[in-house]
Amino acid sequence: MFNLSPQDWTAIALSLRIALVATAVSLPFGIAIALLLARKEFWGKALIDAVVLLPLVLPPVVTGYLLLITLGRRAPVGAFLADHFGIVFAFRWTGAAISCGVMAFPLMVRAMRLSIEAIDRRLEDAASTLGANPFWNFATITLPLALPGVIAGAMLAFARALGEFGATITFVSNIPGETQTISAAIYTLTQVPGGDGAAMKLVVVAVIISLAALVASEWLARRATARLHGA
Amino acid sequence: MLTVAVEKRLGDFVLNATFDSVSGATALFGPSGAGKTSVINMIAGLLAPDRGRIVLDGEVLFDNATRINVPAWRRRIGCVFQEGRLFPHLSVRHNLDYGRWVSGRAAEPQAFAHVVDMLDIGNLLERRPGKLSGGERQRVAVGRALLTMPRLLLLDEPLASLDEARKSDILPYLERLRDEGSVPMIYVSHEAGEVKRIASRVVRLEAGRVTAAGGAELLA
Repeated sequence: MFNLSPQDWTAIALSLRIALVATAVSLPFGIAIALLLARKEFWGKALIDAVVLLPLVLPPVVTGYLLLITLGRRAPVGAFLADHFGIVFAFRWTGAAISCGVMAFPLMVRAMRLSIEAIDRRLEDAASTLGANPFWNFATITLPLALPGVIAGAMLAFARALGEFGATITFVSNIPGETQTISAAIYTLTQVPGGDGAAMKLVVVAVIISLAALVASEWLARRATARLHGA
Repeated sequence: MLTVAVEKRLGDFVLNATFDSVSGATALFGPSGAGKTSVINMIAGLLAPDRGRIVLDGEVLFDNATRINVPAWRRRIGCVFQEGRLFPHLSVRHNLDYGRWVSGRAAEPQAFAHVVDMLDIGNLLERRPGKLSGGERQRVAVGRALLTMPRLLLLDEPLASLDEARKSDILPYLERLRDEGSVPMIYVSHEAGEVKRIASRVVRLEAGRVTAAGGAELLA
């Protein structure tokens, strides 16, 4: 059953690319927001917290629609980006990466925030008495100590991005070769008579990729934790 | 020369401490809960007083009247904490080297060798803090603070987490450090015996206030 068609391969490669780009681009923002929420008290924090979590609780279609009416070709932000910078997200794989990134963001931030909150801040105090300015303190103490959580957050986000369906199909549709991910391809195949066999193959691929991501994240997080405790 | 005059309200507890320390080792002595650690944190720059002034060797580190508050990382004051606070993800060697590394100074192999030798930690360099005994950890913590070439060394109950045998293992190293006289020390403790061995000058702190300052006779 494993002779995948060229279209299948296209969907697989596209899914991986979209999920990787979504994860990589949101990573620095995720770390920054996690740090902000874990460490700072400021007016409006509860609001930011809620906005970050929103994609987790909103119906994905709603998130996709909100993206469409902000970043679509005729939407205010989308039109501005298209006219001034030639950047278009609507019906492009980059748009799919945005919707996947937005959907995965809450999971990423949550994992990172928890690990940052678990850090013994007295170690950071010690580092500052040794002469580390805030940047070095973050780079040499906070970030390495939070690394297991950062890895876990990135992997969760990657897995979530890989499986994203509702927001993506609403925002960038389901165009083979451009925005048709594994999930969208499976959905399409289940809508046509006799597509079950082909859908099954992609289902197996999706299970394999997700399992691999899970195992890799466990292994990486374990290694990072072991390193922290002096193995 | 260190001059401290600080006020801070911490919940119901009011800290109002004024003292100075000339050179050598000054003990900040008093029962637990007297506010010793808060005073140390204020000198180190980890805790801002509500009011007051902290001056070290003529440099104002904190002054609420002129809104000066030099951040901890610029104060060049070394700290040894009760729990060591070694960085768990770095080897002993990298812990010792940390201060030099983050401030971008060139390697000083002689200073490094001297401190390692004085504290007898040469055989621990490649180990991780998690694999050290309590006494070894505190020696490394002392070395790490010394290698930042501090203007002042603050030792906050450095022996409190150790058992009696370990304590008497470490005290000679601290005495050696004091006798070298290269860096003035503030030694915080609630143990009169320890203080007697290390410090020549004693500042007694009780319930947030300095109740006496003088020589070792205060410990009787």
